[in-house]
Amino acid sequence: MPLSNEKKKEMFWTMLLSRRLDERAWVLHRQGKIAFHISGIGQEAAQVGAVYAIEKGKDWLVPYYRDLSMLIAMGMSPTDFVMSLMGKAQEPSSGARQMPSHFSLRQANIVSHSAPVATQSPHASGIGLGIKMDGKDEVVLTTIGEGSTSQGEWYEAVNFAAIHQLPVVFLVENNRYAISVPQEKQMAVSSAADKACGLGLPGIEVDGTQMFEVYDAVKEAVDNARKGDGPSVIEAKMYRLTPHSSDDDDRSYRTREEVEHFKKEDPIIVMKEQLIEQGLMTEEEYKTLEEKAKKSVDDAVEEATRAPYPKGEEAATPVYAEEENHD
Amino acid sequence: MSRMTMREAISKALWEEMERDESVFIQGEEVGLWGGTYAVTKGFLDHFGEKRVRDTPIAEAAIVGSAIGAALTGLRPVAELMTINFAFVAMDHIINEAAKLHYMFGGQFKLPLVIRATSGGGRQLGATHSQTPDAIFAHFPGLVVVSPGTPADAKGLLKSAIRSDDPVLFIENATLYQTRGEVPDDKDYLEPLGKSKIQREGDDVTIVAYSKMVQSALEAAKMLSEDGIEAEVIDLRTLRPLDMDPVIESFKRTNRAVVVEEGWRSYGVGSEVASRIYELAFDYVDAPVKRVAQAEVPLPYNAKLEQLALPQTEDIYHAAKEVLYG
Repeated sequence: MPLSNEKKKEMFWTMLLSRRLDERAWVLHRQGKIAFHISGIGQEAAQVGAVYAIEKGKDWLVPYYRDLSMLIAMGMSPTDFVMSLMGKAQEPSSGARQMPSHFSLRQANIVSHSAPVATQSPHASGIGLGIKMDGKDEVVLTTIGEGSTSQGEWYEAVNFAAIHQLPVVFLVENNRYAISVPQEKQMAVSSAADKACGLGLPGIEVDGTQMFEVYDAVKEAVDNARKGDGPSVIEAKMYRLTPHSSDDDDRSYRTREEVEHFKKEDPIIVMKEQLIEQGLMTEEEYKTLEEKAKKSVDDAVEEATRAPYPKGEEAATPVYAEEENHD
Repeated sequence: MSRMTMREAISKALWEEMERDESVFIQGEEVGLWGGTYAVTKGFLDHFGEKRVRDTPIAEAAIVGSAIGAALTGLRPVAELMTINFAFVAMDHIINEAAKLHYMFGGQFKLPLVIRATSGGGRQLGATHSQTPDAIFAHFPGLVVVSPGTPADAKGLLKSAIRSDDPVLFIENATLYQTRGEVPDDKDYLEPLGKSKIQREGDDVTIVAYSKMVQSALEAAKMLSEDGIEAEVIDLRTLRPLDMDPVIESFKRTNRAVVVEEGWRSYGVGSEVASRIYELAFDYVDAPVKRVAQAEVPLPYNAKLEQLALPQTEDIYHAAKEVLYG
């Protein structure tokens, strides 16, 4: 079933809200109010397009740290996110025990990884194995950066899923850089999707600035996985518009001209123009959305700032699920 | 009670738990058709079928990583690593993921996962097949590390490990697989995780050991007894959480202790146990705690050299004599 116009507008709103929230995180960092931020700016179209292809609350999402807009789409509030940046007690992923952007929400079937990259991929395959063993028709969407597909674990995970025809969609968000190392020093192929052919599953390449194209590609892969036709690799190409994280300065490894060039392909601009062109949104409506996003982010910062920090004793638990295993 | 080998006891524990709980399954290299490198899962494939007895690709990170994923969905995987030496390839999943997911995500996810692996030397398998790196894993909060020294404990502890909602590394010593002992037949026979156990009573010296070294310590105790010295042998059974209560209680009577491990001495189990004795029972110390451990070399292939590097019963005997100034 094609996406309704309402759905398309909702998807654009999710992109926009995530972008403004992400930008505010950078400001909060520069103001010294948070310790760390890792950004998804430039990747929102692919993220929102992909995550709308799975069934919220039924399917599993095993994201990586840039997937803020996926989490917003899945129901994480801006306040939740700002609380995680600030290390507040009510932060839903971990109660401030884990770094921000390592998202986890049990009730939404979302679980992410620790810090070494690609560890989420074997987990996703294992979740797929669990789904298949239980005879359920759920699907796992897992994401990764293109640089992380260099890890052996990514190949191990994709191979494992392919052998057992597990219901997993491996989405590679190719933003062209792994911190400072460009794609051509990560792989000899032009697309991470090409790696799939050696492992016996489909590899599809898609323009990551085109939200609805990403949606269509991921939807087809999700439908196939649900039918029992096995996993797919999808690579969405985009550009990371910010430094890797708040801890690096990208001027040391790429030219301003290059960044300026890709700013013209900013998915927010691309999708905004597309929606206006298709008559789905007016310039006026867009301005209203911008105001709404600003207010939502302002409110989130205010609310998160007021929220309490964890108490010292909360750091001691829960190392184990079983009380008697605590040393 | 039935008399059986350690291999049979471990196999029985797995079998009974798979019969009891549909969500328990096995995956690893060679566990299916071949029945396991150490024949622990022989006959499992025929009985439980391919769905629950799963041969995996040779990819340890995927074996442990996908077991973590399956555990997140509520299944109870038992992942077999052919030997603990191969765990290093999967270390990220054991240390950075299994040990931390519960805490890192604020207790949202339970990880009812067991990783089985053989540890220890003595079978001429060379430096990288014969390590006893157990202490490394016990360093990390979030993991439960179990290593039984008798067939009965192997059965009772493995059953508890499978029923536990925490990730358990279950370390078996391959040279113990043929060791026989009395094992309870009860299908609900469980030994508690995180509890040390007195394997032999005595009032003169406390010998603390685990896994294969429990057997060596019991032999040494027999030799000591012939000299009129009665050693108390305490089996740690679980390295994390470490139960020092029986050790301290014993030490307060004997005032002397020897700690035995098959792994290297530096930063080892003996170091940890000795430190805790000093912290918890300093006023009762009559002699420095003696550590018996492997020589600080990669284990050689040659049988004679290998045995020279490994801790022997005689070493325990002499260490006990030393702390008794005898």
